[in-house]
Parts: sequence; structure tokens; C-alpha cells
Amino acid sequence: MRILVDLFLTFMKIGFFTFGGGYAMLSVIEDNCVEKKKWITHDDMMNVTVIAESTPGPIAINCATFVGYRQAGILGSIMATAGIVMPSFLVILLISGVLDNFLEIQVVKSAFFGIKCAVGVLIISAAVTMIKNMKKKPFTIAVLSVSTLAMLAIDVFSLRFSAITIIIAAAVLGFAVFAVKWKKEESR
Amino acid sequence: MIYLDLFLGFLKVGCFAFGGAYAAIPLIRDVVLSYGWVTDETLTYMIAVSEMTPGPIMVNLATYIGRSQAGFLGAFLATFAVVFPAFLIMLLCMFVFNSLMKNKCFRTVIGTLKPSVVGLILAIGLYMTAEAFIDLKGSFSLDFKALAITVILLAAAFLPPVFGKKKISPITLIIFSAVLGIVFCGV
Repeated sequence: MRILVDLFLTFMKIGFFTFGGGYAMLSVIEDNCVEKKKWITHDDMMNVTVIAESTPGPIAINCATFVGYRQAGILGSIMATAGIVMPSFLVILLISGVLDNFLEIQVVKSAFFGIKCAVGVLIISAAVTMIKNMKKKPFTIAVLSVSTLAMLAIDVFSLRFSAITIIIAAAVLGFAVFAVKWKKEESR
Repeated sequence: MIYLDLFLGFLKVGCFAFGGAYAAIPLIRDVVLSYGWVTDETLTYMIAVSEMTPGPIMVNLATYIGRSQAGFLGAFLATFAVVFPAFLIMLLCMFVFNSLMKNKCFRTVIGTLKPSVVGLILAIGLYMTAEAFIDLKGSFSLDFKALAITVILLAAAFLPPVFGKKKISPITLIIFSAVLGIVFCGV
């Protein structure tokens, strides 16, 4: 019972303090669920990020469901997911009902001007933590560099590809690597 | 019926939105405009509010549009619909996760996907950091206030571990950034 309340409250906190979408949320989830609560390991975090990126829907929801399920089964996953959605839901209800000119309020504008700068920094920080915890082999470094450059090119030149194109390419490469290894083992 | 439309519309978004909210905005726009719920202009405003409020952008947008079309129940149904597919898919992945991880082929594929996904995240982070102070889509003009805030935040995020101090928690960094914004731009 305590773990269910803890899951709900922790993910509510994560939901409340995350601006700018799911990628910025990754470093908040890492900080709370891996470093502080030790609910999951760095490796779990990597796996869930991969699954979240390869499946549809908000990334934060995937993470909440994963951590909740690990800790307390289906009920846990429901509590964590409800927790992460709750702040969004309540804040938007409040804003859409009461404040028609939310974006015109100066203090909101100013605060968000700062927060907008933090979103990118938090995403880099999440990536750096993941790189630190990765096994550094030439192959993984090559895949990492090529993916980074390809995604930067897509962003900068507004190409008609998206992240999912890169993920599919990486998956195909993974299959190819497996096929080559398997053949080698077979020929021995 | 508006409740059913909201539910089905956002279920579609939840089922097909890959790669985070920014990648999914064209799909969301398509669904929302095809039902004629809001005009393009209102939607742009709603997306801006969704970015500025806490939580996943897709969830904020679903709540916002649901509320504007059909009150509290509309907000609830739209939010539930956008969240449910991701929840269900993740749960199914968890059921098979352990046995899948024993499969050599799956492990190799995941092993390639990991560095690739980290690369994607790094690229998105670099791009969004630069975008905060350079107009990357037009004139390439610099915003010096934003540049100053970004430099302070980068120092706060990455310098402490270099000097052997504890990392600043992301939540502290967010609060700090809001304060910096108010200091630089006024109330």
C-alpha cells in the first residue's frame, strides 16, 4: 500500500516539474527513480527509453508504466501513470477554465523564457548520463555518433524524416549484426 | 457524438504518435482539424500553452482540447484516450520483456538501438539548447538574454561534478531557470 502511494506522489512530482515534453522528463525520472529511490537501474532506464522511443505515445507515460509495474505490478503501473498525468490534467483544467490570456501574463512569460533555456540543457544532461553508463565499444560509439549527426541534420535542415526513421535503420543494422554473428558461429 | 469523437480522435493520436510530442504535432494537427474542433490559429495557441505548462505536451493538449469541446468529461476522455495506448503497449512489453531479453537476436537489436536512441536524445538536446538563443529557422539572430541564461544553466548543470560536487537535481535546475527568466525579463 505504501509503495502505491509513494509511486503516485513521486510521479506526480515528476509530472509537475517537467516542462517542454518527455525528453526533458527523462533526466527528472533518472534522478528520482534511479538515483534517489533506486526503483530501477541505469540499464533498466536505457531499456525503457529504447522501448519508449520505439513505441507510440508520450515517452513519460511509457516510463511511468514501466517503473510502476516493476515496483508493484499492474496496480503500481496504474498509480504511476495516473500520478504523472494528474498535474497536466489539473493545471490545464485550471488554465482553460480561468485564464483565457495565460500567455499574456508577464511573469509567466518571463519564467517560461528561462525554462525554455533549461529544457535543452536537461535533455543533454539525460544523454550525458546515459553515455556515461554505456559500454564504450567502437561499434556503439559509431552508432551513437552517426545517429546524433543524422538527427541534427534532420532538425537543422527540417528534412522529411523523423526520429523513427533512424530507429528503424538502427534496428535493421542490429538484425544484420546478428545475422553475421550467427553465420560465423554456424561456420565454426 | 462529441464524447465518442474526442475519445476516438485522441486514441488515434495515442496509437500513432511516435518519437515524442514535437514529432507528433503534424498528426495531432491533422486529427484535430479534420474533426473541426478548433481553428488552426487556436490550435497553435493551445500548443504554445501546452509547452509552457508542466507535463507531457500531448497530454496537456488532449486535456485542453477535450475541455474546450465538452467540459470536464471531454477533458477526461481525451486525456484517457491519448494515454491508454502507451500504457497498454508498455504493459504488454513488460509481460514479455524478461523472456525477450533471453533471446539473442532481440538482445543484439536492443544493443544497437541503445546507442542510437542516446544519439537521438543528445541531438535533440543540442538542437533545443541552441534554438533557445538562436533563431535557427529564419534569420539566425542571437538573443543575448537567452544566451546568458543558457550559459549559466549549462555551468550549473555540468560544472559541479567536475569539481567533485554533487549534481544539481533537474527540478532545482527548472526552478532556477524560471527565476533567471524573471530576473532577466522582469515581472
